[in-house]
Amino acid sequence: MSHGSMKINLKVWRQKNAQAKGNFEDHIVNEVSPDMSFLEMIDVLNESIVNKGDEPIAFDHDCREGICGTCSLYINGRPHGPLEGVTTCQLHMRSFNDGDTITVEPWRAKAFPVVRDLVVDRSAFDRIIAAGGYISVNTGNAQDANCLPINKEDADDAFMSASCIGCGACVAACKNASAMLFVAAKVSQLAKLPQGQPERYTRVASMVAQMDKEGFGACTNTGACSAECPKEISLTNIAQLNRDYMRAKFLENA
Amino acid sequence: MSKLESKIPEGPIETKWSKYKSSVPLVNPSNKRNLEILIVGSGLAGASAAASLAELGYKVKVFCFQDSPRRAHSIAAQGGINAAKNYQNDGDSTYRLFYDTIKGGDYRAREGNVHRLAEVSSSIIDQCVAQGVPFAREYGGLLSNRSFGGTQVQRTFYAAGQTGQQLLLGAYSAMERQVGMGTVQMFARHEMLDLVTIDGKARGIIAKNLVTGELERYFGHAVLLCSGGYGNVFYLSTNAMGANVTAIWRAHKQGAVMGNPCFTQIHPTCIPVSGDHQSKLTLMSESLRNDGRIWVPIKQGDDRSPNDIPEEERDYYLERRYPAFGNLVPRDVASRAAKERCDAGFGVGPSKMAVYLDFKFNMMRYGRVEASKQGLPNATDEEILKLGKEVIKEKYGNLFDMYKQITGDNPYEASMRIYPAVHYTMGGLWVDYDLMTTVPGLYCLGEANFSDHGANRLGASALMQGLADGYYVIPYTIGAYLSKEIATKAIDTNHPAFVESEQRVQKVLDTLLNIKGTKTVESFHKRLGKIMWDKCGMARNEKGLKEAIVEIQALRKEYWSDLRIPGVQHEFNPELDRAFRVADFLELGELMCIDALNRHESCGGHFREESQTEEGEALRDDENFAYVSVWDYKGESQWELFKEELKFENIKIAQRSYK
Amino acid sequence: MSWFTQTLTSTLGKKMVMGITGLFLMLFLMVHCGVNALVFFPDDGEMFNKAAHFMGTNFFIRLGEVVLFLGLIWHVLQSVRVTLTNAKARPEGYAKFVNSSPWYSRSMGLLGTLILIFLIIHLAHFWVKSRITGLEEIEVDGVLMDSLYAKMVDTFSILWVVILYVLAMISLAYHLLHGFQSAFQTFGINHKKYTPLIQIAGIIYSILIPLLFAAMPIVMYLRGY
Repeated sequence: MSHGSMKINLKVWRQKNAQAKGNFEDHIVNEVSPDMSFLEMIDVLNESIVNKGDEPIAFDHDCREGICGTCSLYINGRPHGPLEGVTTCQLHMRSFNDGDTITVEPWRAKAFPVVRDLVVDRSAFDRIIAAGGYISVNTGNAQDANCLPINKEDADDAFMSASCIGCGACVAACKNASAMLFVAAKVSQLAKLPQGQPERYTRVASMVAQMDKEGFGACTNTGACSAECPKEISLTNIAQLNRDYMRAKFLENA
Repeated sequence: MSKLESKIPEGPIETKWSKYKSSVPLVNPSNKRNLEILIVGSGLAGASAAASLAELGYKVKVFCFQDSPRRAHSIAAQGGINAAKNYQNDGDSTYRLFYDTIKGGDYRAREGNVHRLAEVSSSIIDQCVAQGVPFAREYGGLLSNRSFGGTQVQRTFYAAGQTGQQLLLGAYSAMERQVGMGTVQMFARHEMLDLVTIDGKARGIIAKNLVTGELERYFGHAVLLCSGGYGNVFYLSTNAMGANVTAIWRAHKQGAVMGNPCFTQIHPTCIPVSGDHQSKLTLMSESLRNDGRIWVPIKQGDDRSPNDIPEEERDYYLERRYPAFGNLVPRDVASRAAKERCDAGFGVGPSKMAVYLDFKFNMMRYGRVEASKQGLPNATDEEILKLGKEVIKEKYGNLFDMYKQITGDNPYEASMRIYPAVHYTMGGLWVDYDLMTTVPGLYCLGEANFSDHGANRLGASALMQGLADGYYVIPYTIGAYLSKEIATKAIDTNHPAFVESEQRVQKVLDTLLNIKGTKTVESFHKRLGKIMWDKCGMARNEKGLKEAIVEIQALRKEYWSDLRIPGVQHEFNPELDRAFRVADFLELGELMCIDALNRHESCGGHFREESQTEEGEALRDDENFAYVSVWDYKGESQWELFKEELKFENIKIAQRSYK
Repeated sequence: MSWFTQTLTSTLGKKMVMGITGLFLMLFLMVHCGVNALVFFPDDGEMFNKAAHFMGTNFFIRLGEVVLFLGLIWHVLQSVRVTLTNAKARPEGYAKFVNSSPWYSRSMGLLGTLILIFLIIHLAHFWVKSRITGLEEIEVDGVLMDSLYAKMVDTFSILWVVILYVLAMISLAYHLLHGFQSAFQTFGINHKKYTPLIQIAGIIYSILIPLLFAAMPIVMYLRGY
């Protein structure tokens, strides 16, 4: 079936499982349409791989509308590819040129081991949230939603932080594979809301402890995380995390 | 199955739920600690149920096929969540929400369930705010609302165009808190492939570890299916790629009956299909209809760019046909109207299967307000438009960006092009008032069940239902069953029922892997989708449905003889996982057509061409079809139909009008 | 582990140590630069020698010097630890890596190492001589003191030394360019209203201080030439 007229050369990381040694594999995808998403281009390639009797390239994806955070892929040296503020599933082939060679790699971090090919295990993020990324309120305990007015600016800021999709691009982009931006986004979201105050300092302390346990690197403030974040989460979140952590450790009993 | 019992409590509608709550049997805390609950799916319904049940003290295990529970497709809901808070002082009430939902569902939903939903809606907002969900707020610091289709009040709470994300992350973090406390055990990348029943009761599941390919057995005193909708039977839909019917379909084949399987919601505002490479469709939130006006050119085949078509040559057909609700008619009405215009040759864009959604009018309106606020009485139209664009950007920025990203066109400059697409399935496993299916101990929550939306769901009600079921309904209703199970000890998973169930799954997997045919899963899925969309989509007729049934049967036969799956079971093998899902879609599709064929009336999203008014509106047949179609599986291509009569005691049933 | 060591050994704690020692060293640089800038006075180094004498003999300043060395060593050791931790966090690198951060922010280790090498040479040139092996003495206002000025004139008459110093100051400039604002970020000082100010101050500081330092060998070399 013909889709379009672009030809793309792909260099894709293949790795059978976590233990196996991986290597790059070259593929040529013909008849690529500029309206295809990057993942649809891989779909087309996979279809032809399966038709040849080989195993398709495994990659994570689900909603394909840039919100679930499942898709990943290090494309030509950048997480989620060349565009800013865009996830891989929303990256379209019109961002590439006919005849381009594109290198596709999985996220690389000790805390994100490869499962297969381009699929990595990001459960470390879940464990960080389980360590404290919540407000302890049992169902049924809540007071009326309008009891606590919240300054619109604070609410908007909290929302901006909360728009993190947990894709892991920040870790992938950071030269230290640090998870600071992810942790900071959650810490800041809850720090900016009155509901988040009671656990504010214990939260930051336990989340950072879990982050360290998972084997992420230390932040060196290079700013690559924020520059590559598909949701453009700001570095001010990390400053907030640092601030709250210091207070938690030196002034509060956390 | 012999008899359907919906178990709606007696008494006036306003007191049914409160009376139920104060009389339902309870389980004491020490017994709760010994009772295990399995939850399949970690979306709004699953995550909220997991958190709430674990808070009560039950031992909970949660399964999701995604790599993290936070990925569940609830996350993609954009526009908002309804609640009868009446914060806007515009006449809202529990009764109004109840009434709007029943009417919106074209009188095919159960009064008792819907009223309960409307009652608990307010508490959901309270709970979410307490969890730190950053809803949009006004300058005074209080919550903001917007309107959605099918209502005349502003009762929709929202967080920009990412309400589902924020609500899911709230439920997810509540659940992760329990994971941290050890009361919930999370199994990501695990997919339920069968239900285990012992003595007719649900007692566990067989799940496939998607990383290792291993089949694993899990016991539970009760099983909750919160696995979402099955819109992907159409191949192209706004659902996530992985969304599937397998969990509920496997339960269906073990005795849980399906309710109204053909009721599908086609959402009017999606980005049109651009080519045959397309893997999914993207929704543009219904909230856009707050500020967007839908139109087509008055002239057929008008190829001018939308900006070149002057006002007087535009047909704002929703405003014309439905002056009372205008652009905010319910989804089914808006979708059919778009199809009608395109079929009549007024469609726009390269495929001519699209209509325009225009924001300029409201950009100007907002711009004037801004200009006045900023003290610029002499602002030019251009300046006003610029100010208006900023307002629109703040409200819908992420949606506009998404549109631009996908289509390559800038929606700030020219009208968006939109077309209806499959979005939600109102049908699902039949449940009673307790949300229990016809298999004792097996519950079904959220989109996976059939319960609250009748033949058409109103916008911003899916989030409401998912969270109502998980936070406020199941924690009470499950006690009715589990209070009788406190003597049941955990059953060893070496029990013959588990062995047999696992063998059943193993056999399917082996069969799939051994076909070694020539065609990919994707190709079959696409073909099934085309049959479904063409013949069981926005408009259905007897001839088409009969053809579809035959075609699906033939396709299924071909599937089981010519499918090619690479690799083996015991590895990370997404093709195999998908093959299992598509196998189930191939059976579901047939049932949907059978159900659609049986329902010889038009109602909500189900439009039978044989049943319409002279103006082309859906024509219900309340005399013959005021019932829930309930299908009991009897073997391949065989179902027995049961009918649950719908009684309307609090709402006068009437032909729906939005004119 | 006590809460204190546990805090300082966390990834955030390590960064805090880097930041606080870094800020401390930056303060020192300002003092050092200020005193040394006296060489620009056209008095054949008299004022500079007096200041140097004061700095070298005052008890509190000498005590500060000990703290300074400790701070420096801590800064260096901690940076080694952070670098090692971070290297472990990504055992397998990318085949293709496009950087979206400034090169110097990613090269603090390298820049720091260059500065450290320079520092050893610099200490051997001046500090070892003035504190341990002794310098030529002169009498100013009846007080006998080391003529550090003469030593500088002497040292900076050699072209390769001048070039070395200038190159080292370029490394220092880039090191500071990241270090200055990074330290503030690490301490959570990031505010819509003040961050631009901090950034500008950082740029001015990072250029001005190394520039003044670099000017000294250049000027002295040219004067002697």
